Amino acid sequence: MTSQEWKFTTKAIAEKPDLFLSGHRACAGCAPATVLRLIMKGTRGPTIVTEATGCMEVVSSIYPYTSWGLPWLHTAFENAAANASGIEAALKIMRKKGKIKDQHVDVIALAGDGGTYDIGIQALSGAVERGHDFLFVLYDNEGYMNTGIQRSGGTPKGAATTTTPAGSVVPGKPERKKPIAEIMLAHDMEYVATASAYYWRDLVSKVRKGLEVNGPAFLHVFAPCPRGWRTDPAKSIEYSKLAVESCVFPVWESVKGKRQLSTPSKLIALAPQKKKTVMDYLKGQGRFRHLFAPQNAKLLDEMQRLVDEKWEKLVKNCDPA
Amino acid sequence: MTKAIKQETMAMSGDEAIAYAVKQSDVDVVAAYPITPQTIIVEKFGEYVANGEVQTEFVCTESEHSALTACLAASATGARTFTASASAGLALMHEMLFVTSGCRAPVVMAIANRALSAPLNIHGDQSDSMAERDSGWVQIYVENSQEAYDSIIQAFKIAEDTNILLPVIVGLDGFTLSHSLENVKVLPDQTVLEFVGTRQLPNVLTHEGKEAPFRLDPEYPMTMGPVAFPNYYFEFKRQQDDAMKNALELIKEVNTEYAKISGRSYGNGLIDAYNLEDAEVAIVCVGSTAGTLKTIVDELRQEGLKVGLLRLRTFRPLPVEELRSALENVKVVGVMDKSMSFGGHGGAVFHEVRHALYDSEHRPQVVNYIYGLGGRDSSPIELRRVYEELFAILRIGRAKHIVNYLGLRE
Repeated sequence: MTSQEWKFTTKAIAEKPDLFLSGHRACAGCAPATVLRLIMKGTRGPTIVTEATGCMEVVSSIYPYTSWGLPWLHTAFENAAANASGIEAALKIMRKKGKIKDQHVDVIALAGDGGTYDIGIQALSGAVERGHDFLFVLYDNEGYMNTGIQRSGGTPKGAATTTTPAGSVVPGKPERKKPIAEIMLAHDMEYVATASAYYWRDLVSKVRKGLEVNGPAFLHVFAPCPRGWRTDPAKSIEYSKLAVESCVFPVWESVKGKRQLSTPSKLIALAPQKKKTVMDYLKGQGRFRHLFAPQNAKLLDEMQRLVDEKWEKLVKNCDPA
Repeated sequence: MTKAIKQETMAMSGDEAIAYAVKQSDVDVVAAYPITPQTIIVEKFGEYVANGEVQTEFVCTESEHSALTACLAASATGARTFTASASAGLALMHEMLFVTSGCRAPVVMAIANRALSAPLNIHGDQSDSMAERDSGWVQIYVENSQEAYDSIIQAFKIAEDTNILLPVIVGLDGFTLSHSLENVKVLPDQTVLEFVGTRQLPNVLTHEGKEAPFRLDPEYPMTMGPVAFPNYYFEFKRQQDDAMKNALELIKEVNTEYAKISGRSYGNGLIDAYNLEDAEVAIVCVGSTAGTLKTIVDELRQEGLKVGLLRLRTFRPLPVEELRSALENVKVVGVMDKSMSFGGHGGAVFHEVRHALYDSEHRPQVVNYIYGLGGRDSSPIELRRVYEELFAILRIGRAKHIVNYLGLRE
């Protein structure tokens, strides 16, 4: 079934057997684990998954146990896309030579923000430039959570991490979040999209669309981490909704260079009064607590201004249809 | 020995000979990144691809790290894979060398041995692969381009054997071999194909309790490259070491089997002993220097001197028994190292050979000669002087210096 035929109804998604299985050792309230389960709901047939070193790799593959109901390979931190390149190349030639069954096999590469924004960007950029047929999914929890909450290129400005703690001189991470999806878009990829854990139907259908592309596709998924963000584990999914509602993390997709806001963000663009403030999103998050101190009031204003600017630019760059 | 098959002679450099062997070996995936002096291998292979002479996915990666990663992942998918590198490229692969051997992926890699920076130097020495001694790869070093060709074909058979499943490095001296034209005898395509066969995969139990070939296959889901904590990690490592031990026998068998089709063998596959039977002094070396040394041995033998040579062809696994039995009746052994182990009191080959001889009944005196770093030429006159020094040690009964440097400004 193609994404046009499959309606991604609650029933259809619920009935599809899980391929990311229970029993893994993720923390309570881990949004990336939920995201992974949903991603696997989006698969359409024979699939091989490869994953970078990171939280989700570690919690799901502790020998002699596994949470993976499909073939899965981990090799190192910086090379999920290179793994995908090798798997895809092997499948292609072995199928041609009759060494394996004559069928299409999808390849999904998974990585966190470290394995995508930072240490993994070279392998990712290379694999995309070479045009391998695979879907790269970034689960972005905005920090190196596996090693103990250090800053990454995906950590937002102002967030306290263990390498950018909120000090009396430096109030959290001084630098802005790297625009990774824009960077991937600049590779002239056929499919680039962003998604957030709360909007599960949107997420699952984007996985399917990414797989249907004949070539590389990139999906950036926003996935809160209660340990790293110092948030209530019960509110991870709520934060993934607030991020979209405040336009801190808008959801969109670009198909063959034509970019459109996805429904949750499009509704805000159409009715700007529905847009929540950055403050609404930041409050309750321990990593931003210091920003609410009187001396950092300016910083909060700046953050709102930055989000507004980026949002306006995005709306302008999107096809209104 | 059965009669060898008729072979064509081609003028090829070591790099070209390797590309030709890869072309004949039904390799599924070649992923590589160019680096001097390995470049000719990937350029030549690119030509084969462009002219439709191979059925291979040729992945020109953006780095050596990704090149080896792609080979590893393709190998895990069941493919026969090859890559090639040198020097800084191999150093960039360092992390993945361990992951590849740990995943038991039988990747074959040619290394055109070259010095490591700094200072930057593109010329030949063996610092690059010697630094990867403990990465879990079989390491075979060749003497000439003919052996480079032959060893690549053998390497697939060694690596992919289901009792071994270890990656294999074939090292050839940068420029000395990689770029020097030689007459190389090549086997017919069909003969090579029959020799290497198709890759066999061992059956393993999946987590669902099904028996299935060891590869990524949607029909038999398997988790590869897992996390192993202190309760299991050690056993994984012990199994790798056991596989290395199995490789000792297999390398000898493959050497013999290959001799049957080609008429060529390299010692017993592990060591190549030259006039050692009654030798009083001997040199141990790795790689192309053996060619020059054999000529010197011939000359000295004509002068009535009892000299010998041992070329260590297989450095990993280390053929401890073979080294011992070949050298224990020699009185003075000079070990040549084309790499430095800074602060280590001698080079890697010296350490290993001396270690192998420790339990000998008549323990020879063993001294070290570090030479040729950064491509510095070692002339026959200089190498001949090493034998003279070994005789001097024999006369005096002791060596003035255990670690010596050849052709170096002091």
